[in-house]
Amino acid sequence: MSHLKKVFWSVLMLLSVAVITEASDLDKFDAEKGVLKIAGGTAHIPVMKEAAKMIMQKNSAIRITIAGGGSGVGIKQVGEGLIDIGNAGRKATEKEISQYGLHMVKWAIDGVGVIVNPKNSVTSLTTKQLNEIFSGKITNWKEVGGGDKSINLYDRDAASGTRSVFWKKALKKGDVSTKANIVVSNGAMKTAIAGDPYGIGYVSVGHIDATVAPVALDGVVPDLANVKNGDYKVSRGLYSITKGEPVGLARLFLEFLLSPTGQKIAESKGFISVQ
Amino acid sequence: MRLLSRLSVTVFRLAAFGSGLLTIAVFLMMLSFGWPLLTDGQFFTLLAGEWNPANGLFGIYPMVVGSISIAFLALLFSLPVSLGTSFVATVLAPPPVRRFVLGIIRFMAGVPTVIYGFVAVFMLVPFMREQITGGSGLNILTAAIVLAVLIAPTMIVFFVSGLKNVKPEYCLAVDALGARPVQKLIFLLIPQAWPSIVSGIIMGLGRAMGDTLISLMLAGNSIAIPASVSDSGRTLTAHIALVIAADFSSMEFKSIFACGLVLYIFTVIVVVALRWVSPGQDLRSI
Repeated sequence: MSHLKKVFWSVLMLLSVAVITEASDLDKFDAEKGVLKIAGGTAHIPVMKEAAKMIMQKNSAIRITIAGGGSGVGIKQVGEGLIDIGNAGRKATEKEISQYGLHMVKWAIDGVGVIVNPKNSVTSLTTKQLNEIFSGKITNWKEVGGGDKSINLYDRDAASGTRSVFWKKALKKGDVSTKANIVVSNGAMKTAIAGDPYGIGYVSVGHIDATVAPVALDGVVPDLANVKNGDYKVSRGLYSITKGEPVGLARLFLEFLLSPTGQKIAESKGFISVQ
Repeated sequence: MRLLSRLSVTVFRLAAFGSGLLTIAVFLMMLSFGWPLLTDGQFFTLLAGEWNPANGLFGIYPMVVGSISIAFLALLFSLPVSLGTSFVATVLAPPPVRRFVLGIIRFMAGVPTVIYGFVAVFMLVPFMREQITGGSGLNILTAAIVLAVLIAPTMIVFFVSGLKNVKPEYCLAVDALGARPVQKLIFLLIPQAWPSIVSGIIMGLGRAMGDTLISLMLAGNSIAIPASVSDSGRTLTAHIALVIAADFSSMEFKSIFACGLVLYIFTVIVVVALRWVSPGQDLRSI
């Protein structure tokens, strides 16, 4: 009996703590209204959606729109003043920052993992094998321990932040075969690999779920724990960018992302918090 | 009342002028953006070269090949089916069947492009991969098949309206001579409806060339020059959609205008050529 009581009280306390933190992080939005336009990196979208949902439920006078497009689109559109916040899965270049006067906020860390179809028996590759697969030197799964089927490569478009990190840190800036199929978002990559038993591609670790199988790189599985402790090296910051110092709703939104509640959302979507 | 009718005539004329001017304005804008490429002769280098920005190559030849092969393959699949359907829907079937077929066609014309792409990703692509082409199933053939389905309603509607608008006097005369439906179709309706059939083909081909989403979702978008229809390929339109996020001042971005110009010029050439070769048409009616 006393045991049950203890459980009851501790649960109640936990709940009230959760409610209090959420309430305080969201309180700042009470007096606000207007539209906040967000676009860019596709890895960011699950977190953006959740945060926007919480804010809009708290205060229905605020409308937040979220679009994809890729990191390049995010940086370009925020620079041109078309949107309020541009998301990028890479740092903006010096040129971009000076040209547009951009202000970057890093609110989470994300790994980029190689994925294959769950039916594929290959679960581990070395960096060299990965390089040779993507450059088109290895073209059959049997060369890396799989079945006798030719490999279907999936790559991202040049504006992708996920691609730029993968290319730099996993492929060491090696050539990518011109025969690679190209898809336009993390979500599209996951759908493509989930549907293609002989495909190989890469997504943000936050996007890996049961429909695709992660591939260990040099023996390290791309999961949250390995990205967090630094064992898995193919990782990057997730940035949200404003033109100049953020003001108004954009500032509140970025502060919310960095608040305990915002960081909790990022963790629940498979990213690593920065606070 | 007269004022009202005059006013409406003015409004309609302005609308017609406006849309005409818009087409010209788009061309001029692309020309001005692409002008630096045209003047120093880079345009033709781009047209014949390969695309590999990492190595400083910005050619669009693979995309020109991709666009042309996908569009014409789609037309090749779609034209016989569309012609057949329009014959059935106007002459060859009993009236209730005609109405049913036309109803289906109108419904097909209203289905959003993305639905076709979406369904094809989950149903046609695995089938192509396992049974027909091998590879990833994302290739020129897959995209062309879906595009053929997409452009069929457009063409059928044009064909049907042409076949139905043949002068009733002619039809009565042919019927009075005791012609069978097939004879009526071959010797009267098709020759009379020829201009509409040509227009339908132009509209279909234009839609196939201009479509972005189907090729972006289904053709694979690889930058290699496709060697067969079972290869992954990229169209000019998909290429524009993929590269538009590049830096404004970069060469990648400038090359987009070369793509736009090629698409524009190509469409004009096809329209003029088809009008030219079709009998009973003089060029003034283009």
